[in-house]
Amino acid sequence: MDLKRLFKPGTMAVIGVSLSNESHPANVIYNKNRLRYPVEVYPVNGKGGFIRGEAVYPKISDIPSKIDLAIIATKADIVPAVMAECVESGVGGAVVISGGFSEAGFVDLQNRIVSMAREADFPFIGPNCLGIFSPSHMDTFFIPGERMVIPGHGRVAMVSQSGGILVDHMAKCALEGVGISLAVSIGNKALINEIDMLRYFREDPGTDVITFYLEGFGENEGRAFALAVPECGKPVIVLKSGKTPAGSTAVKSHTASIAGDYEVFSSVMSQYGVVEATDEYEIVTFAESLSCYKRTIKGNIGIITGSGGHGALATDTCLSHGLKVPTFREAEQTKLFNSVSPAIKKIASFSNPVDLTGSSTDDDFVAAALALSRNKDIDCIIMLLLPYIPGITMDLGARLSLVYQQEGMPIIAYVPHMDKYNMLIEGFTLNNMPVAHSVEDAVHMAEAMRRYRSC
Amino acid sequence: MLKEEILGLLAEASPRGWLMEPQAKHILRLSGLDVTRFLWTESVQEATRFAAEIGYPVVVKVVSPEVIHKSDVSGVVLGISGDKQLGEAFEQMRAIRGFQGIIVEETVRGTELIAGMKMDLQFGPVIMLGIGGTAVEIYKDVAIRMAPLRGQDVESMLASLKAHPFLEGYRGAEPISIESLTKMLLAFSSLVMEFEGKVGSIDLNPVICNATRCIITDARIMLAGS
Repeated sequence: MDLKRLFKPGTMAVIGVSLSNESHPANVIYNKNRLRYPVEVYPVNGKGGFIRGEAVYPKISDIPSKIDLAIIATKADIVPAVMAECVESGVGGAVVISGGFSEAGFVDLQNRIVSMAREADFPFIGPNCLGIFSPSHMDTFFIPGERMVIPGHGRVAMVSQSGGILVDHMAKCALEGVGISLAVSIGNKALINEIDMLRYFREDPGTDVITFYLEGFGENEGRAFALAVPECGKPVIVLKSGKTPAGSTAVKSHTASIAGDYEVFSSVMSQYGVVEATDEYEIVTFAESLSCYKRTIKGNIGIITGSGGHGALATDTCLSHGLKVPTFREAEQTKLFNSVSPAIKKIASFSNPVDLTGSSTDDDFVAAALALSRNKDIDCIIMLLLPYIPGITMDLGARLSLVYQQEGMPIIAYVPHMDKYNMLIEGFTLNNMPVAHSVEDAVHMAEAMRRYRSC
Repeated sequence: MLKEEILGLLAEASPRGWLMEPQAKHILRLSGLDVTRFLWTESVQEATRFAAEIGYPVVVKVVSPEVIHKSDVSGVVLGISGDKQLGEAFEQMRAIRGFQGIIVEETVRGTELIAGMKMDLQFGPVIMLGIGGTAVEIYKDVAIRMAPLRGQDVESMLASLKAHPFLEGYRGAEPISIESLTKMLLAFSSLVMEFEGKVGSIDLNPVICNATRCIITDARIMLAGS
C-alpha cells in the first residue's frame, strides 16, 4: 500500500463536521488545519450548508479537488458507507477518528472496513485514534492547538497505540528540545499497524529514529515486527505497557511459566536491536541520543567534569547501567596533564573521571575532550558541564561540537538548567549533539547507544 | 518437514495433552539431538540386565501418564549403584499413581542447564536457555530468544546468563563444551520451527553439559492448547 498521500497530503477532507457544534472533533480538526497549516482542507457533512461562510460539501465526490486524505469523524455505523465513497472518489487514504469498533466490542464492523480497504488498496489509520501530526504540514488530532505542547520539526518519528500517551510524549519532546518528523496515533491499528509504520519510515528521508508506544501485538505480529526492524535500518525505541506477570498455576512447563508475555517481548526486542525504554522520560532521552548518534558503542565511557561529585555520581550511574568507566593508562593521563592549562595541572585529576576542577576554563574542557576523543580505551564521552564555574563561557558548546565533528567520538553533554544556559545548550543541539538535564539522563543517552544494534 | 514417526507420537499423545518422557526423548533423538541412553520397562529383570549393560551408577525414573513433574512425587532416584538398590527403586516407583513402568538410564555428570521452547502468541516459537534443575523457577537465570536461533543468538544467550562463568570453568571447574551446546540448541531450534500449531511448550530439563557433550536427560513436551 502506498502511504504517501496519507502522510503527505496536499488536500484533505474532514467528513462529519458539525454545523452547530464547534467543539465537535471534526470541527476542531477542520479549523486548525484551515487556519494554521498549508494543507488545503474541505469540510463535509451530508446536510451541506455553510460554516462561517465556507461551503460544506454534502459528499466527498462534490469537492472540486482530488482529495489525498479523508478524515472520517462520523458515527461508527456509517463509517463503512463513508469509506466506500472515499474509495469511489479516488481518495488516497483515511484517518478514522471515530470510536465504536473492536475496542467497544464491534469487531464485525471493524472487519468490514478492513476488508473493504484491503480490497480497494485503500490505506487508513485507526479507527479510534487521533491520527497524524505532521509538523508545519497538517494535524488530525481533535485537540485544540492551544492545548497542545508542540515540539519542533525534527527527525524523530513517534507511533503510539494510545493517542493520549502520544500527546504527552510530544510534550516531553518539546520540553527536551527533541524535534519530530511525524507523530501517528494508530488506535485500533485495524489495517495499518506498527510493521507498516516501520516500512514507511524506512523510506522516509526525514526520519532518523522511530519510537513506539505499544500495548500489545496480535497473533504473530510481534514476530513480524521484530523481523522488520533490521530491514528498517534505523534505530527503533519501544515503550511497552501491560507487563502482566507470567506464570499462571495452570501452566505445567517451566519454560511456559518463566517465559511470560513480557519476558518474551523484552528479550526479542533486545535480540533484534530494539532499544526498550522503561518510561516516558527514557523514550525521549533515547530518541535524542540515537537521532544524534546512530551507532552502537561497547559502552566504555570517558567522563570529563568540573566537579568531583558529579564525576562520582556519573561513574556510579554508568556502572549500574552496565557501562564501564575504565581507568586511563599512564600515557593517556600524561597526555591529558600536558594538554591542560598550568593553573589546574596540580589540582586536576587525570584518571577517569577527568576532574578539571572549578578553576578550569573552556580551553581545558576542549583540550580534555580532544585527548579523550583519541583515547582508544573509550568509545563515548560524557561531559558534565557546570556553567556556573567562572572560567566557563556560553561558547563552550559550539567549541565542543567542533571537537566532535573533527574527531567523531560521541560526546554527551550534561547541563543543569535549560533556560539559564540556553546559549551553551544550543551550541550543542544546533550542531546535532544531545544535551541531558540530569546526570542520569546523560548516562541513559550512552546506554541507548550500547543497546542499539543495527542487525 | 516432520518425520511421520514424530507426527504419529504427537497424535498418540493428543488425548492426554503431553508426551511422557520416553516418547518425548524418542522425538528428540529422531531429530538428531543427543539424549541419554535409556530403557523403558515394567520388568525389574530387564531393568537390571540393562543396568549391567550400561554400567552402574544408573538413574531410575517413573513413567506415568498422571505425573508431569516426577520429582514432586519422588519419582526420580539418582546414583543407583547395584541390583538390590535398583530393585528397591523399582518397588518405590510401582507405588506411584498411574505407574506404567520405569526408565533406567545412564548417569551423566556435568552442569545442569534447562533448554525449552514456548509457542508464544505474539512471537511464535521462542527458545529459553538457563541454569536448570528443579530450582529454575526460583533463580530464573535464563535467556529467551525468538526462534530460529542464529549463531549470534546462541552466543548472546550464553553471555547473558549470570552463571555464565560456571560454563566457562569457574575456579578450576571443567568448562562445558560450548560447541556441543550450540549444536544442540540449533538442532532444537530447527525442530521447534516445525511445531507451530502442534506443540505448546517443551522443557529439556536438565540438559547436562560437560567438557565433551551436552545431553538431554529429561524432556517434557506439552501439546498446543493443553
